[in-house]
Order: sequence, then structure tokens, then C-alpha cells
Amino acid sequence: MTDARLGPEYLRPGSSSFADFLAAQAPELAPHRRVLPPGSAADIAPHGTTIVAATFPGGVVMAGDRRATMGNVIAQRDIQKVYPADEYSCVGIAGTAGLSLEMVRLFQTELEHYEKIEGSPLSMDGKANRLSALIRGNLGLAMQGLAVVPLFAGFDHDRGEGRIFSYDVTGGRYEETAFHSVGSGSVFARGSLKKLYRDDFTAEQCAIAVIQALYDAADDDSATGGPDLTRRIFPVLNVITADGQERWADEVVARLADDVIAGRMQRPDGPAAPLN
Amino acid sequence: MTMPFYVSPEQLMKDRADFARKGIARGRGVAVVQYLDGVLFVSENPSAALHKISEIYDRVAFAAVGRYNEFENLRIAGVRLADMRGYAYDRRDVTGRALANAYAQTLGTIFSSGGEKPYEVELFVAEVGATAAEDQIYRLTFDGQVADEHGYAAMGGPAESVTAHLAENWTEGLDLAAAIKLAAAGLGHGETGERVIASGDLEVAVLDRTRIQDRKFKRLSDAAVAEALAT
Repeated sequence: MTDARLGPEYLRPGSSSFADFLAAQAPELAPHRRVLPPGSAADIAPHGTTIVAATFPGGVVMAGDRRATMGNVIAQRDIQKVYPADEYSCVGIAGTAGLSLEMVRLFQTELEHYEKIEGSPLSMDGKANRLSALIRGNLGLAMQGLAVVPLFAGFDHDRGEGRIFSYDVTGGRYEETAFHSVGSGSVFARGSLKKLYRDDFTAEQCAIAVIQALYDAADDDSATGGPDLTRRIFPVLNVITADGQERWADEVVARLADDVIAGRMQRPDGPAAPLN
Repeated sequence: MTMPFYVSPEQLMKDRADFARKGIARGRGVAVVQYLDGVLFVSENPSAALHKISEIYDRVAFAAVGRYNEFENLRIAGVRLADMRGYAYDRRDVTGRALANAYAQTLGTIFSSGGEKPYEVELFVAEVGATAAEDQIYRLTFDGQVADEHGYAAMGGPAESVTAHLAENWTEGLDLAAAIKLAAAGLGHGETGERVIASGDLEVAVLDRTRIQDRKFKRLSDAAVAEALAT
């Protein structure tokens, strides 16, 4: 970028993909080409933990706890792990925090770049597939312990509903119905949502359900952060509807979380589901 | 033996400039107007798919007249440059000035190199600031010259009559509807008289500093434009 004139690579017609352009023009900035010395690198960097998403009629909610861990140490207690990917979709990151954040930034740029060049946004499936490709590029590092496993959710205007996609480290893409969770506490969060989830939730009821699920995850998984009452740190919660995406204000989430906690004071295991 | 004709450098440049100017004047115009909440772009463009006005980055937009394939190339280059800078540094580090500079260098080099024909395009690069005083509008001509515009500007088509109309009627702090009406009336102001451009034939977009999203660029639908013109 020292020459002020736009180079021929900028003026060449071709791909609408920013990731491809980056890989060709500034490979040092592209996440894909890194090679580590052999051995496990799992313990050298912080890991993000639990992300939960659930759909409701007219949209989808995604929330993440605020903890990043490095072995037994809490690396950060107020990390943000749910990010808007564009106006109608968001990504929650679980796995190696640094690589995940880089992937989110690349994915955000990728979607925006496509939208600007083509004049229209990618379809929901198109977005999900692009994220797949980015994850697949990280497979080598994932095998050395630096995995990136995001959860992707958004509102699909063609179908008029919220959708959730999960991934594996090889870039495999799986559409989830109703709700899903990834990260170390995901087993507990999913179990919790199984009992709490109803398909006629409002946005607020759906938000309460995912906060309950994160509470249950934190209850049984040491790497998932529970609500921090002294510092007033609560989950990051994004709601996406046909009108766009909103990260609910801290005060709103705090109020919902306080209600959840008040309920747990009476019944520490959370609301009881009917037996049959 | 045939002698090559001598052509003075002045004549050569003049010929190239006349060639580019003719190509640009053939097309329809674009007007840029500063209004209360940002910068408004209006172009006479019956096509709903082939845009003359485009988003480049958060606060930066682009408008062009002339040959479609040439300015489309420049537009894509601008989007790539902006996204690359934003990715390598930060979103706030992408500026209209840097982009205008890159375009100016590119157009200037192509114009003065004998090898290729000059681009038959003129561009606007605008950046919306936190206040009206920080808004920037750059006008780039086919030969790589950059002019810093204030308040209003027009290019393409009968640009001089359009600019004259804007100069006469523009005031600071116009609201959006008034700005759209002014620009549309201006574009209809040809050398041979006035005409009314149908709202469906206008391509209208704004850089609106009041948008809560990072991306301040927004296209206005035909319905919204018709409503603004009707008030």
C-alpha cells in the first residue's frame, strides 16, 4: 500500500470474496496459511466457552457467557463472544479466542464485501457456507488444539424465520432446529433448553430461556461464567428479527438475569418441568 | 518516405481531454447535496440494477458518471481498498481522503500515459462526518484532478446548468425532502430548458450520520423518493 495508485489486482474483475482477495494480495494477513511447530498448542491461548441460541416465531436469540479460560485460570471475565456478522445474522465463538475473533472479523468483512460488490446480500445458506469454508481453512491448527467452533444464527428473509447453524472443526455445517449450544458447557445448556424450550416463545421469553440455560451451564461447567453479581457482568445477548439485529442493553439483560437469579434463590436447580 | 506528424504535447493532452469530456457529457448527471443529517446523492438512472451511486465503507460513498464498465471497475477497486484497510487496521482508519487520493493517482496515471485511452468517467467520493462541518465531498475528473466541494456539486450531462441551479437555491441545513427536491429539480435543469424527472427514474441514496449502525449509507426506495418529491 505504499504506491498511491490502485494496483492492477484491485482493478481486476473477478471474485466477490474478500477472503480470496486477501489470500491472494496479503497472505500474511490471512488466517489460513499459518503453520505451527509440531505438538499441541492448546494451552498457549485463552479459550472461549459456552454459546446458546434459540429460535422463536419471528426471530432468533443468541447469548454467550462472559468467561475466557486458559487452563485453570480465568483469562478474562467480561469477554464478548457473540458478534453481529451483518445486519441479520450473528456468530457466537467457542474455542481458541484469538483465532475465533480473527475469523469473526474476516467473516464480517466477507459478508459486507459481497454485499457491496454484488449490490445484494448473500442468502442465509450462502453465509453459512462461507463460514464453513473459513473454518475448514483452520483445520491444521484445530488438530494442534487451536480449534474454532462457532455457532451461526440469523433471520432468513426468504423463509421468514430465524435459523441456527452449528459447525465442526472440519467445516461441516449442520442446521439445527429450535435451539443449539456449543462450547464446554454446551451439554448442560442443551439439556436445560430441552426442558425449558417452547416453540411459541416471545423474544423476551426466549431470552429468559437462554439465560437459564447459561446459568445451568455455569452451574456444572467450571469454564463457563455465571452471572457476576458483584461486578454486574451478565451474558451478551443478541436478538435478530426481520427488522434487524439488536444487542440488548446491559440493563435489560441484567433485569432478566436478576429475575432468573431470584427464582434460583427459591429453587437452585431452576424451574421444574412437568413430569408428563 | 512518410514523415510522422508532429503533435505538440499540449495538443495531445487537449485531444485526450476532449475525448473524455465528450464521453462524460453524453450520459446523465449526478448531483450531490449536503443536507441537515449528511450527504445526499441523486442521479437520473432509470435502471434499478445498474447503480451509479454505491456504498464504499461505513462513512464513505461513491457516485460516478460516464462509462459504466470503467467506473464499475473503479468502484470495485475502492471497495477492495477500503475493506483491506479496514481489515488490516481498523474501521475508523478508512477515510474518504485516502480513497480520493488513490482514485486521483489512478486516473491521473492512466490519463497521462500514452498507452491506454483515458477513462471517460468523473467521480464523487463523499465522507460524512460527525457534524456538517466535517463532511467532505471530493470531485475527481478523468485526468486525476481533485476538487474539494462544499454544499453541493454536479457532474455529467449538462453539469454547468445543474450546478448553477443548485448554487442559486441551496442553503445550509436543508431537510432531506427539500434536498431531494432541490437535486431532482437541478438535474432536470438542462441547457435547453427544464423537464421533470419521474421519481422512478431517480436513484437516490444518503450518507446519514444519524443512523445508529456503523454503515451510514442507505438507498431510498422509489416510494420514499416519490413521497419526498410530493411534499
